[in-house]
Amino acid sequence: MTKHRSNMPEVLQVRDLACRRGPALLFSGITFEVAGGELLCVRGPNGCGKTTLLRCVTGLTRPDEGTVLWHGEPSQTDPERMRAGTAFSGHLPGLKDDLSADENLEFMLRLRGARSTPEERREALAAVGLEKRRRIPARRLSAGQRRRIGLARLALDPAELWVLDEPLTALDDAGQALFIDLLARHLEGGGLALAATHHRLAPASGVVRELRLA
Amino acid sequence: MSGEALGATAARREQARGSFAGGFSWAMARDLRLAWRHPDEAVLTVAFFALVASLFPLGIGAEPQLLVRIGPGVIWVAALLAAFLALPGLFAADYVDGSLEQMTLSPHPALGWAAGKIAAHWIVSGLPLTLLSPLIGLQYGLAPDTLAIQALSLLVGTPVLSLLGGACAALALGARGGGMLLALLALPLFVPVLIFGAGAAEAQATGLSPAPHLSLLAAGLIAALVGLPWAVGAAVKIAVD
Repeated sequence: MTKHRSNMPEVLQVRDLACRRGPALLFSGITFEVAGGELLCVRGPNGCGKTTLLRCVTGLTRPDEGTVLWHGEPSQTDPERMRAGTAFSGHLPGLKDDLSADENLEFMLRLRGARSTPEERREALAAVGLEKRRRIPARRLSAGQRRRIGLARLALDPAELWVLDEPLTALDDAGQALFIDLLARHLEGGGLALAATHHRLAPASGVVRELRLA
Repeated sequence: MSGEALGATAARREQARGSFAGGFSWAMARDLRLAWRHPDEAVLTVAFFALVASLFPLGIGAEPQLLVRIGPGVIWVAALLAAFLALPGLFAADYVDGSLEQMTLSPHPALGWAAGKIAAHWIVSGLPLTLLSPLIGLQYGLAPDTLAIQALSLLVGTPVLSLLGGACAALALGARGGGMLLALLALPLFVPVLIFGAGAAEAQATGLSPAPHLSLLAAGLIAALVGLPWAVGAAVKIAVD
Protein backbone atom coordinates (compact mmCIF):
# COMPACT_ATOMS: atom_id res chain seq x y z
CA MET A 1 0.00 0.00 0.00
CA THR A 2 2.84 2.39 0.79
CA LYS A 3 4.87 1.44 -2.29
CA HIS A 4 2.97 3.38 -4.92
CA ARG A 5 2.81 6.30 -2.54
CA SER A 6 6.57 6.69 -2.23
CA ASN A 7 6.93 9.33 -4.94
CA MET A 8 3.93 11.33 -3.75
CA PRO A 9 4.27 13.88 -0.95
CA GLU A 10 3.16 12.71 2.48
CA VAL A 11 -0.40 13.74 3.21
CA LEU A 12 0.53 15.85 6.21
CA GLN A 13 3.86 17.60 6.54
CA VAL A 14 4.76 19.92 9.37
CA ARG A 15 7.85 22.12 9.07
CA ASP A 16 9.63 23.98 11.88
CA LEU A 17 6.51 24.65 13.89
CA ALA A 18 6.99 26.95 16.88
CA CYS A 19 4.45 28.34 19.29
CA ARG A 20 4.66 30.79 22.15
CA ARG A 21 2.10 31.18 24.87
CA GLY A 22 2.70 34.59 26.36
CA PRO A 23 6.41 34.93 27.06
CA ALA A 24 7.04 31.17 27.29
CA LEU A 25 8.15 29.20 24.27
CA LEU A 26 6.07 26.03 24.23
CA PHE A 27 7.90 24.25 21.44
CA SER A 28 9.98 25.11 18.40
CA GLY A 29 11.44 23.39 15.40
CA ILE A 30 8.79 20.69 15.33
CA THR A 31 9.06 18.86 12.02
CA PHE A 32 7.27 15.65 11.11
CA GLU A 33 5.43 13.92 8.35
CA VAL A 34 2.49 11.57 8.45
CA ALA A 35 1.51 9.39 5.50
CA GLY A 36 -1.67 7.45 4.84
CA GLY A 37 -2.01 4.48 7.17
CA GLU A 38 0.15 6.07 9.86
CA LEU A 39 -0.63 7.10 13.40
CA LEU A 40 1.62 9.63 15.07
CA CYS A 41 1.33 9.73 18.86
CA VAL A 42 2.41 12.97 20.47
CA ARG A 43 3.75 12.33 23.94
CA GLY A 44 5.13 14.44 26.72
CA PRO A 45 4.44 15.64 30.26
CA ASN A 46 1.46 17.84 31.14
CA GLY A 47 1.78 21.37 29.88
CA CYS A 48 4.43 20.63 27.25
CA GLY A 49 2.17 21.85 24.45
CA LYS A 50 0.62 18.68 23.04
CA THR A 51 -2.81 20.24 22.73
CA THR A 52 -1.38 23.44 21.28
CA LEU A 53 0.60 21.45 18.72
CA LEU A 54 -2.55 19.65 17.63
CA ARG A 55 -4.48 22.91 17.43
CA CYS A 56 -1.67 24.46 15.35
CA VAL A 57 -1.84 21.57 12.90
CA THR A 58 -5.61 21.91 12.48
CA GLY A 59 -5.38 25.68 12.10
CA LEU A 60 -7.36 26.54 15.24
CA THR A 61 -4.30 28.20 16.74
CA ARG A 62 -1.96 30.24 14.61
CA PRO A 63 1.62 29.07 15.10
CA ASP A 64 4.32 31.71 15.60
CA GLU A 65 6.55 30.04 13.04
CA GLY A 66 6.45 27.17 10.63
CA THR A 67 4.13 25.76 8.02
CA VAL A 68 1.69 22.92 7.72
CA LEU A 69 1.53 21.25 4.32
CA TRP A 70 -1.60 19.35 3.30
CA HIS A 71 -1.04 17.09 0.28
CA GLY A 72 2.09 19.09 -0.46
CA GLU A 73 0.44 22.51 -0.36
CA PRO A 74 0.59 25.04 2.47
CA SER A 75 -2.65 24.72 4.43
CA GLN A 76 -3.25 28.48 4.26
CA THR A 77 -3.53 28.51 0.47
CA ASP A 78 -6.70 26.42 0.55
CA PRO A 79 -7.76 26.13 4.19
CA GLU A 80 -11.19 24.75 3.31
CA ARG A 81 -9.65 21.78 1.53
CA MET A 82 -7.63 20.85 4.59
CA ARG A 83 -10.59 21.43 6.91
CA ALA A 84 -12.73 19.12 4.78
CA GLY A 85 -10.11 16.42 5.25
CA THR A 86 -9.52 16.88 8.96
CA ALA A 87 -11.64 15.71 11.88
CA PHE A 88 -10.69 17.26 15.21
CA SER A 89 -11.74 15.76 18.49
CA GLY A 90 -10.63 17.96 21.36
CA HIS A 91 -11.30 18.32 25.08
CA LEU A 92 -14.67 19.91 24.38
CA PRO A 93 -17.14 17.50 22.81
CA GLY A 94 -19.14 20.01 20.75
CA LEU A 95 -22.38 18.29 21.79
CA LYS A 96 -25.67 20.06 22.41
CA ASP A 97 -27.26 18.88 25.66
CA ASP A 98 -30.79 19.45 24.39
CA LEU A 99 -30.36 17.36 21.26
CA SER A 100 -30.45 13.58 21.24
CA ALA A 101 -27.45 11.44 20.36
CA ASP A 102 -28.88 10.91 16.90
CA GLU A 103 -29.52 14.61 16.30
CA ASN A 104 -26.09 15.53 17.60
CA LEU A 105 -24.55 13.03 15.24
CA GLU A 106 -26.62 14.29 12.32
CA PHE A 107 -25.65 17.92 12.88
CA MET A 108 -21.98 17.09 13.51
CA LEU A 109 -21.80 15.30 10.17
CA ARG A 110 -23.69 18.02 8.32
CA LEU A 111 -21.22 20.53 9.72
CA ARG A 112 -18.47 18.36 8.24
CA GLY A 113 -20.13 18.65 4.84
CA ALA A 114 -21.22 14.99 4.93
CA ARG A 115 -24.70 13.64 4.46
CA SER A 116 -25.83 10.69 6.54
CA THR A 117 -28.94 8.58 6.36
CA PRO A 118 -30.86 7.65 9.52
CA GLU A 119 -29.86 4.01 8.95
CA GLU A 120 -26.18 4.90 8.79
CA ARG A 121 -26.44 6.87 12.01
CA ARG A 122 -28.42 4.14 13.67
CA GLU A 123 -25.79 1.57 12.75
CA ALA A 124 -22.96 3.80 13.90
CA LEU A 125 -24.68 4.47 17.22
CA ALA A 126 -25.47 0.78 17.64
CA ALA A 127 -21.79 -0.01 17.04
CA VAL A 128 -20.82 2.20 19.98
CA GLY A 129 -23.56 0.79 22.20
CA LEU A 130 -25.99 3.71 22.10
CA GLU A 131 -28.76 2.21 19.99
CA LYS A 132 -31.32 2.22 22.82
CA ARG A 133 -30.31 5.67 23.96
CA ARG A 134 -30.07 7.44 20.66
CA ARG A 135 -33.30 9.37 21.15
CA ILE A 136 -32.80 10.75 24.65
CA PRO A 137 -31.22 14.17 25.19
CA ALA A 138 -27.43 14.13 25.47
CA ARG A 139 -27.64 15.79 28.88
CA ARG A 140 -28.98 12.53 30.31
CA LEU A 141 -26.02 10.52 29.03
CA SER A 142 -22.91 9.78 31.09
CA ALA A 143 -19.51 11.27 30.25
CA GLY A 144 -18.41 8.01 28.64
CA GLN A 145 -21.60 7.72 26.61
CA ARG A 146 -21.11 11.25 25.36
CA ARG A 147 -17.59 10.34 24.26
CA ARG A 148 -19.13 7.41 22.41
CA ILE A 149 -21.23 9.80 20.33
CA GLY A 150 -17.87 11.27 19.30
CA LEU A 151 -16.72 7.78 18.30
CA ALA A 152 -19.81 7.28 16.14
CA ARG A 153 -19.07 10.62 14.51
CA LEU A 154 -15.48 9.57 13.74
CA ALA A 155 -16.79 6.36 12.21
CA LEU A 156 -18.96 8.32 9.75
CA ASP A 157 -16.72 11.36 9.30
CA PRO A 158 -15.30 11.52 5.76
CA ALA A 159 -12.02 13.02 7.01
CA GLU A 160 -8.71 11.57 5.92
CA LEU A 161 -6.87 12.91 8.96
CA TRP A 162 -8.01 12.44 12.54
CA VAL A 163 -6.59 14.85 15.09
CA LEU A 164 -7.36 13.45 18.50
CA ASP A 165 -6.67 15.06 21.84
CA GLU A 166 -6.69 12.44 24.62
CA PRO A 167 -9.12 10.18 22.74
CA LEU A 168 -9.43 7.65 25.56
CA THR A 169 -10.64 10.05 28.25
CA ALA A 170 -13.76 8.85 30.11
CA LEU A 171 -14.04 5.69 28.01
CA ASP A 172 -14.33 2.32 29.78
CA ASP A 173 -12.38 -0.76 28.63
CA ALA A 174 -15.02 -1.70 26.07
CA GLY A 175 -15.14 1.87 24.80
CA GLN A 176 -11.37 2.00 24.50
CA ALA A 177 -11.40 -1.26 22.55
CA LEU A 178 -14.08 0.22 20.28
CA PHE A 179 -11.94 3.26 19.67
CA ILE A 180 -8.81 1.20 18.91
CA ASP A 181 -10.86 -0.88 16.49
CA LEU A 182 -12.18 2.24 14.73
CA LEU A 183 -8.68 3.65 14.55
CA ALA A 184 -7.33 0.41 13.04
CA ARG A 185 -10.02 0.49 10.36
CA HIS A 186 -9.35 4.14 9.65
CA LEU A 187 -5.62 3.44 9.17
CA GLU A 188 -6.32 0.35 7.12
CA GLY A 189 -8.51 2.44 4.81
CA GLY A 190 -5.58 4.74 4.09
CA GLY A 191 -6.45 7.37 6.71
CA LEU A 192 -3.93 8.97 8.99
CA ALA A 193 -4.14 10.11 12.59
CA LEU A 194 -2.38 12.43 14.97
CA ALA A 195 -3.10 11.78 18.64
CA ALA A 196 -1.97 13.35 21.90
CA THR A 197 -2.23 10.68 24.53
CA HIS A 198 -0.65 9.23 27.63
CA HIS A 199 -1.89 5.76 26.78
CA ARG A 200 -0.19 3.28 24.54
CA LEU A 201 -2.24 2.98 21.36
CA ALA A 202 -1.71 -0.27 19.50
CA PRO A 203 -4.18 -0.61 16.64
CA ALA A 204 -4.22 -3.93 14.78
CA SER A 205 -3.13 -2.30 11.53
CA GLY A 206 -1.19 0.75 10.42
CA VAL A 207 2.17 2.13 11.43
CA VAL A 208 2.46 3.73 14.84
CA ARG A 209 5.16 6.33 15.43
CA GLU A 210 5.94 8.60 18.34
CA LEU A 211 6.81 12.23 18.71
CA ARG A 212 8.17 13.35 22.07
CA LEU A 213 7.75 16.90 23.23
CA ALA A 214 10.16 17.87 25.99
CA MET B 1 -12.18 -3.45 6.22
CA SER B 2 -14.42 -4.79 3.49
CA GLY B 3 -14.25 -3.38 -0.03
CA GLU B 4 -17.78 -2.12 0.28
CA ALA B 5 -17.02 -0.13 3.40
CA LEU B 6 -13.87 1.26 1.80
CA GLY B 7 -15.93 2.33 -1.18
CA ALA B 8 -18.44 4.04 1.10
CA THR B 9 -15.63 5.94 2.85
CA ALA B 10 -14.16 7.00 -0.47
CA ALA B 11 -17.56 8.12 -1.73
CA ARG B 12 -18.14 10.10 1.43
CA ARG B 13 -14.73 11.76 1.09
CA GLU B 14 -15.59 12.67 -2.46
CA GLN B 15 -18.91 14.30 -1.62
CA ALA B 16 -17.76 16.12 1.50
CA ARG B 17 -17.71 19.73 0.42
CA GLY B 18 -18.26 22.98 2.19
CA SER B 19 -20.53 25.68 0.88
CA PHE B 20 -22.13 28.90 2.04
CA ALA B 21 -25.58 27.36 1.70
CA GLY B 22 -24.49 24.26 3.60
CA GLY B 23 -23.18 26.30 6.54
CA PHE B 24 -26.16 28.66 6.52
CA SER B 25 -28.79 25.93 6.52
CA TRP B 26 -26.85 23.89 9.08
CA ALA B 27 -26.65 26.75 11.58
CA MET B 28 -30.22 27.88 11.04
CA ALA B 29 -31.71 24.39 11.28
CA ARG B 30 -29.74 23.57 14.42
CA ASP B 31 -30.43 26.83 16.24
CA LEU B 32 -34.12 26.76 15.37
CA ARG B 33 -34.39 23.19 16.61
CA LEU B 34 -32.65 24.18 19.85
CA ALA B 35 -35.01 27.14 20.21
CA TRP B 36 -37.94 24.83 19.60
CA ARG B 37 -36.73 22.50 22.36
CA HIS B 38 -36.53 25.44 24.72
CA PRO B 39 -39.28 27.81 23.69
CA ASP B 40 -39.02 29.64 27.03
CA GLU B 41 -36.31 31.95 25.68
CA ALA B 42 -38.37 33.09 22.70
CA VAL B 43 -41.49 33.41 24.84
CA LEU B 44 -39.51 35.43 27.38
CA THR B 45 -38.33 37.83 24.69
CA VAL B 46 -41.85 38.46 23.45
CA ALA B 47 -43.29 38.72 26.97
CA PHE B 48 -40.57 41.18 27.96
CA PHE B 49 -41.40 43.30 24.92
CA ALA B 50 -45.13 43.34 25.67
CA LEU B 51 -44.54 44.03 29.35
CA VAL B 52 -42.10 46.92 28.92
CA ALA B 53 -44.26 48.53 26.25
CA SER B 54 -47.31 48.20 28.52
CA LEU B 55 -45.56 49.70 31.56
CA PHE B 56 -45.09 53.11 29.98
CA PRO B 57 -48.78 54.10 29.82
CA LEU B 58 -49.11 52.99 33.45
CA GLY B 59 -46.15 55.12 34.52
CA ILE B 60 -46.70 58.21 32.40
CA GLY B 61 -50.47 58.38 32.40
CA ALA B 62 -53.02 57.43 29.80
CA GLU B 63 -53.48 60.75 28.03
CA PRO B 64 -54.37 59.81 24.43
CA GLN B 65 -52.37 62.61 22.82
CA LEU B 66 -49.28 61.87 24.89
CA LEU B 67 -49.51 58.15 24.10
CA VAL B 68 -49.75 58.74 20.36
CA ARG B 69 -46.74 61.03 20.65
CA ILE B 70 -44.48 58.62 22.55
CA GLY B 71 -45.88 55.34 21.16
CA PRO B 72 -43.50 54.69 18.24
CA GLY B 73 -40.41 55.53 20.28
CA VAL B 74 -41.43 53.45 23.29
CA ILE B 75 -42.28 50.45 21.13
CA TRP B 76 -38.94 50.69 19.38
CA VAL B 77 -36.99 50.95 22.65
CA ALA B 78 -38.88 47.97 24.05
CA ALA B 79 -38.21 45.94 20.89
CA LEU B 80 -34.55 46.87 20.98
CA LEU B 81 -34.13 45.78 24.59
CA ALA B 82 -36.06 42.56 23.97
CA ALA B 83 -33.91 41.72 20.94
CA PHE B 84 -30.85 42.30 23.12
CA LEU B 85 -32.04 39.79 25.75
CA ALA B 86 -31.16 36.69 23.76
CA LEU B 87 -27.82 38.02 22.52
CA PRO B 88 -25.46 36.99 25.35
CA GLY B 89 -26.14 33.31 24.72
CA LEU B 90 -25.94 33.52 20.93
CA PHE B 91 -22.30 32.45 20.66
CA ALA B 92 -21.39 31.91 24.33
CA ALA B 93 -23.17 28.54 24.55
CA ASP B 94 -21.40 27.25 21.43
CA TYR B 95 -18.13 28.59 22.78
CA VAL B 96 -18.43 26.74 26.08
CA ASP B 97 -19.41 23.33 24.65
CA GLY B 98 -16.84 23.35 21.84
CA SER B 99 -19.29 23.73 18.95
CA LEU B 100 -17.53 26.91 17.86
CA GLU B 101 -14.24 25.00 17.49
CA GLN B 102 -15.95 22.49 15.26
CA MET B 103 -17.63 25.26 13.29
CA THR B 104 -14.29 27.00 12.76
CA LEU B 105 -12.83 23.71 11.50
CA SER B 106 -15.77 22.97 9.25
CA PRO B 107 -15.26 23.00 5.47
CA HIS B 108 -18.23 25.39 5.31
CA PRO B 109 -17.06 29.02 5.19
CA ALA B 110 -17.54 30.99 8.42
CA LEU B 111 -19.71 33.45 6.51
CA GLY B 112 -22.35 30.74 6.03
CA TRP B 113 -22.81 29.53 9.57
CA ALA B 114 -22.39 33.02 11.05
CA ALA B 115 -25.19 34.32 8.83
CA GLY B 116 -27.29 31.24 9.62
CA LYS B 117 -26.98 31.73 13.36
CA ILE B 118 -27.91 35.40 13.09
CA ALA B 119 -30.88 34.56 10.86
CA ALA B 120 -32.09 32.05 13.44
CA HIS B 121 -31.71 34.68 16.17
CA TRP B 122 -33.83 37.08 14.16
CA ILE B 123 -36.54 34.49 13.48
CA VAL B 124 -36.77 33.77 17.21
CA SER B 125 -36.59 37.39 18.43
CA GLY B 126 -37.03 40.09 15.76
CA LEU B 127 -39.76 38.45 13.74
CA PRO B 128 -42.19 37.76 16.63
CA LEU B 129 -41.62 41.30 17.92
CA THR B 130 -42.47 42.70 14.51
CA LEU B 131 -45.62 40.60 14.29
CA LEU B 132 -46.72 41.60 17.78
CA SER B 133 -45.99 45.32 17.39
CA PRO B 134 -49.35 46.33 15.83
CA LEU B 135 -51.13 44.88 18.84
CA ILE B 136 -48.93 46.84 21.22
CA GLY B 137 -49.37 49.92 19.05
CA LEU B 138 -53.14 49.71 19.52
CA GLN B 139 -52.61 50.26 23.24
CA TYR B 140 -51.07 53.60 22.33
CA GLY B 141 -53.96 54.50 20.07
CA LEU B 142 -51.79 54.66 16.94
CA ALA B 143 -53.62 55.04 13.63
CA PRO B 144 -53.71 52.02 11.29
CA ASP B 145 -51.29 53.54 8.79
CA THR B 146 -48.87 54.39 11.58
CA LEU B 147 -49.15 50.80 12.84
CA ALA B 148 -48.29 49.52 9.38
CA ILE B 149 -45.24 51.77 9.06
CA GLN B 150 -44.22 50.85 12.60
CA ALA B 151 -44.32 47.15 11.71
CA LEU B 152 -42.48 47.81 8.46
CA SER B 153 -39.73 49.74 10.23
CA LEU B 154 -39.36 46.87 12.70
CA LEU B 155 -39.26 44.36 9.85
CA VAL B 156 -36.33 46.21 8.28
CA GLY B 157 -34.71 47.34 11.53
CA THR B 158 -34.70 44.24 13.74
CA PRO B 159 -32.46 42.24 11.34
CA VAL B 160 -29.94 45.07 11.68
CA LEU B 161 -30.17 44.69 15.46
CA SER B 162 -29.54 40.93 15.17
CA LEU B 163 -26.57 41.49 12.86
CA LEU B 164 -24.99 44.24 14.96
CA GLY B 165 -25.70 42.34 18.17
CA GLY B 166 -24.30 39.13 16.72
CA ALA B 167 -21.05 40.83 15.82
CA CYS B 168 -20.79 42.34 19.31
CA ALA B 169 -21.62 38.99 20.94
CA ALA B 170 -18.82 37.35 18.95
CA LEU B 171 -16.39 40.10 19.93
CA ALA B 172 -17.32 39.80 23.62
CA LEU B 173 -16.62 36.03 23.63
CA GLY B 174 -14.24 34.90 26.30
CA ALA B 175 -14.19 38.27 28.06
CA ARG B 176 -14.94 38.32 31.78
CA GLY B 177 -18.28 39.93 32.51
CA GLY B 178 -19.24 39.26 28.90
CA GLY B 179 -22.90 40.21 29.39
CA MET B 180 -22.16 43.66 30.74
CA LEU B 181 -19.48 44.27 28.13
CA LEU B 182 -21.93 43.20 25.45
CA ALA B 183 -24.50 45.75 26.65
CA LEU B 184 -21.90 48.53 26.60
CA LEU B 185 -20.73 47.44 23.16
CA ALA B 186 -24.04 46.77 21.43
CA LEU B 187 -26.54 49.29 22.82
CA PRO B 188 -24.71 52.42 21.56
CA LEU B 189 -24.47 50.80 18.13
CA PHE B 190 -28.23 50.28 18.15
CA VAL B 191 -28.81 54.05 18.42
CA PRO B 192 -28.97 54.88 14.68
CA VAL B 193 -31.37 51.98 14.09
CA LEU B 194 -33.56 53.27 16.90
CA ILE B 195 -33.55 56.83 15.56
CA PHE B 196 -34.52 55.90 12.01
CA GLY B 197 -36.88 53.13 13.07
CA ALA B 198 -38.87 55.24 15.50
CA GLY B 199 -38.52 58.22 13.15
CA ALA B 200 -40.36 56.40 10.36
CA ALA B 201 -43.50 55.77 12.40
CA GLU B 202 -43.33 59.21 13.98
CA ALA B 203 -43.11 60.85 10.56
CA GLN B 204 -46.14 58.88 9.42
CA ALA B 205 -48.07 59.89 12.57
CA THR B 206 -47.33 63.58 11.98
CA GLY B 207 -48.28 63.44 8.32
CA LEU B 208 -44.75 63.42 6.86
CA SER B 209 -43.35 60.80 4.54
CA PRO B 210 -41.67 57.89 6.32
CA ALA B 211 -39.75 57.02 3.13
CA PRO B 212 -36.41 58.71 4.01
CA HIS B 213 -36.23 56.92 7.36
CA LEU B 214 -37.14 53.58 5.84
CA SER B 215 -34.63 54.03 3.01
CA LEU B 216 -31.87 54.77 5.48
CA LEU B 217 -32.86 51.72 7.56
CA ALA B 218 -32.82 49.55 4.44
CA ALA B 219 -29.42 50.94 3.45
CA GLY B 220 -28.19 50.10 6.92
CA LEU B 221 -29.56 46.58 6.57
CA ILE B 222 -27.74 46.04 3.29
CA ALA B 223 -24.47 47.35 4.70
CA ALA B 224 -24.90 45.14 7.78
CA LEU B 225 -25.71 42.09 5.66
CA VAL B 226 -22.57 42.56 3.62
CA GLY B 227 -20.10 43.29 6.38
CA LEU B 228 -21.20 41.86 9.68
CA PRO B 229 -21.40 38.07 9.10
CA TRP B 230 -17.82 38.30 7.90
CA ALA B 231 -16.88 40.23 11.07
CA VAL B 232 -18.56 37.54 13.18
CA GLY B 233 -16.47 34.85 11.49
CA ALA B 234 -13.27 36.79 12.11
CA ALA B 235 -14.17 37.48 15.76
CA VAL B 236 -15.01 33.82 16.41
CA LYS B 237 -11.72 32.74 14.90
CA ILE B 238 -9.86 35.01 17.31
CA ALA B 239 -11.97 33.80 20.25
CA VAL B 240 -11.24 30.08 19.71
CA ASP B 241 -7.49 30.65 19.15
